[in-house]
Amino acid sequence: MAALDQTQVKEGIDQETVDTVREVGGAYKYGWETEIEMEYAPKGLSPDIVRLISEKNEEPEWMTEWRLQAYERWLTKEEPNWAMVDYPEIDFQDQYYYARPKSMEVKPKSLDEVDPKLLETYKKLGIPLKEQMILAGVEGAEDAPAEGRKVAVDAVFDSVSVGTTFQAELKAAGVIFCSISEAIREHPELVKKYLGTVVPVSDNFYATLNSAVFSDGSFVYVPPGVRCPMELSTYFRINAENTGQFERTLIIADKGSYVSYLEGCTAPARDIAQLHAAVVEIIVEEDAEVKYSTVQNWYPGDENGKGGIYNFVTKRADCRGDRSKIMWTQVETGSAVTWKYPSCILRGNESQGEFYSIAIANNYQQADTGTKMVHLGKNTKSRIVSKGISAGHAQNTYRGLVSMHPKAKNARNYTQCDSLLIGNKCGAHTVPYIEVKNNSARVEHEATTSKVDDEQLFYCRSRGMDEEEAVALVVNGFCKDVLQALPMEFAMEAQQLVAISLEGSVG
Amino acid sequence: MALPELKKTATEARLNAMELPEGGCLVDARRAALSRVQTMGLPNRRDEYWKYTRPDTLTQDTAPTAAVFKHDEAPIFGEFDCLKIVFVDGVYDAEASDDFELEGVQISRLSEIDAKDIHWTKDLYGVLEARGQDPVQRPLAALNTAFANDGVAIWVTGKPSKPINLVYNHNSDSSDAMLHHVIRVDAGAEATVLENGPAAARFNKCIEVDIADGGALHMVCAQGRDHERRAATHMFARLRKESVFKSFTLTVNGVLTRNETVVELLGDDAVVHVAGACVGDGDFHHDDTVFITHEGENCESRQVFKKVLRNGATGVFQGKILVKDTAQKTDGYQISQALMLDDDSQFLAKPELEIYADDVACSHGSTSGAIDEEALFYLQSRGVPLNEATDLLTLAFLAEAVDEIGDQDVAETIVSRLENWLIRRH
Repeated sequence: MAALDQTQVKEGIDQETVDTVREVGGAYKYGWETEIEMEYAPKGLSPDIVRLISEKNEEPEWMTEWRLQAYERWLTKEEPNWAMVDYPEIDFQDQYYYARPKSMEVKPKSLDEVDPKLLETYKKLGIPLKEQMILAGVEGAEDAPAEGRKVAVDAVFDSVSVGTTFQAELKAAGVIFCSISEAIREHPELVKKYLGTVVPVSDNFYATLNSAVFSDGSFVYVPPGVRCPMELSTYFRINAENTGQFERTLIIADKGSYVSYLEGCTAPARDIAQLHAAVVEIIVEEDAEVKYSTVQNWYPGDENGKGGIYNFVTKRADCRGDRSKIMWTQVETGSAVTWKYPSCILRGNESQGEFYSIAIANNYQQADTGTKMVHLGKNTKSRIVSKGISAGHAQNTYRGLVSMHPKAKNARNYTQCDSLLIGNKCGAHTVPYIEVKNNSARVEHEATTSKVDDEQLFYCRSRGMDEEEAVALVVNGFCKDVLQALPMEFAMEAQQLVAISLEGSVG
Repeated sequence: MALPELKKTATEARLNAMELPEGGCLVDARRAALSRVQTMGLPNRRDEYWKYTRPDTLTQDTAPTAAVFKHDEAPIFGEFDCLKIVFVDGVYDAEASDDFELEGVQISRLSEIDAKDIHWTKDLYGVLEARGQDPVQRPLAALNTAFANDGVAIWVTGKPSKPINLVYNHNSDSSDAMLHHVIRVDAGAEATVLENGPAAARFNKCIEVDIADGGALHMVCAQGRDHERRAATHMFARLRKESVFKSFTLTVNGVLTRNETVVELLGDDAVVHVAGACVGDGDFHHDDTVFITHEGENCESRQVFKKVLRNGATGVFQGKILVKDTAQKTDGYQISQALMLDDDSQFLAKPELEIYADDVACSHGSTSGAIDEEALFYLQSRGVPLNEATDLLTLAFLAEAVDEIGDQDVAETIVSRLENWLIRRH
């Protein structure tokens, strides 16, 4: 890709990683499979499977009970059908709910003991599981302070966490960063106190399912007053066939702390759709700030809409303390079906929620995504910037709620959602809900839909760009607002992804 | 899909309490509509389309009583030269009405259509309503098609010299009225239809409008001031090539109002403007629900809704622009705004876009908030008393909606009514 070739790669940056980033281009690059011996729980869902998952994770009795109760609730719930997505009925008994590499049976004590095949997998994905400076070819990275250039990674492979880097260094700062299964064993008091308090067990069909069968995910606790010394990230990889991934992430930012968390995900290209139902809970206490960034790049299915991941995700942050702050940034390019609404409960006075999203749907992808801003506290502020791009036969929907409760005096919201259509076989939709229950609250909502501006295209082409490059550039301009909000680690990847997903859709 | 038990029982209870008018040429349309109601069931509070407005009192088998409101205001369009057709509690009042003689238009009562077999009405009555049931169900409109006891058929063949004024008087505390009008506008023809009055304790109104190539219809409605009245109205319009449809509704008071407007732009280059101004004080719930479908190329649609709310009033806006893949070069605009004069009121909005064509420009905006303190201060610093300054800013806020009325005299009448409403509250 031209834009990448022009990027100056600074000395000292891993060439290997630069190459990996360079390879992010063309068709879906992560569609390969790791051949590795796996062990599965029997297919289907039952109390026995729930117990088995709990047992595999060596969980205490209270956790098993929690899961079983969730399972009972799930049986009474109906699959939601209000989203503008259309997919064949999911047979929840025809799935594996637990799959782990055989080599993970005995937990590796350190990264050195991890199965080389797994390490190779992450290396190939551009996420080397070693404690190194991870930035590859990102301009300006060299100017960043040394500690800012480190990223700790928790790598989740199907149902288990393979390893977590920089744990010792984080521990020295008081930060707990580990897999959720480890947290349940090692820090039960924290898990008990917070798990299910933001997304209750019975929140919705998929969240309830997740509560029953979640296998792994990340746990973050940042103690009062601590600024997390590095970016934290989790990389989710689905590898096994017919297996759902049900990750669970719990992030607690205690008083006055700060953490930036990144999330990435990919899956092999397969003809049969696979299920992914995650729950992310974030608790933000007084004066704390959490930045949560996602580049969602699950396998989107082929150009005929065959296969792909069904992504049903519940993400919610509870700004409990005064002056707390949460910022969601998401770049959604993958998945056959996306059903995802990262939300902010602005409970503390003067708390702030921000949501920046770019959702790109190509071929037969369907994305129904947006956010909820629930203003409960006084002087709370929220901002929503959502950019949806549809190409091919894709459908892209922004769905959001802004709710100003009677007590949310002087609350403010600004929402802007724009959609871009490339071709006339696709659709772009906007479904905002606005509920204002006090007059000192101010709410503004704007949305526009347009096509790629011909004049801008013509200008680019007259400067010698081919059509595809020109469209990518115009779209990048359109997405600038969102991309700027991404942490530096993702900026380049995100810009690349914009170009990738639009390939072939012009004309 | 079978109806949930609760909905089924409620629907059956309502239908059992009603009798389908028999005979006449509309009987087939009425039967078909009845079966639509049976299939859909009447709305209840669990329906997504009724998320912000509780339909219970609109669907229950007897109408809640509503005191007839006595006031000294003259009828709103009374001073205009128009052809007046009066209904009292949903029943045609021959004495108070003018003769139906007006060049360029043919008017018949629904009861005559039934007896005289006026053919064109059969192509319209219940037809647009039935089309309007997809993708969102509107069972109260189907109920109206089945059971409407009166109404008029207006066939605009030329350019009548004066507007037709439909007056809905309210005389009984317990009246439960259903009116159904059909309006056909021929190619190149143009007319104005005015409507006003509270109509009944509970009013269910359905209007179907079919506008041929190059035709134009202007509608201005002032829903009456009775505090306790309830209304559910539906307007279904179908627009052909280069036709124009403009509708404006003023709502003051009323404990519950749900106005649904459903427009299909079938021909190219058609224009539709739907606007509304509502002012609510106290126990007032007003819901504007609009669904505009663009099918033809190069059409323009505008939705402009302004709500002034206070003392616990609730304003609701559900607007949707659906652009089909054939509707290239669509220009869609939608704005819904609420001005909340105190802390108790609420504004609930769902401004939707659904777009399948790539060469379009659609925008929707929705804002809500209190009166601009700075503007208020500015006016006061220029010697304008607080009350007047508030009124001035409130009127300015409503102006964008009122501006959608083409006829200057009618617009001025509407503004003076709004001024009265504001002054009464000092």
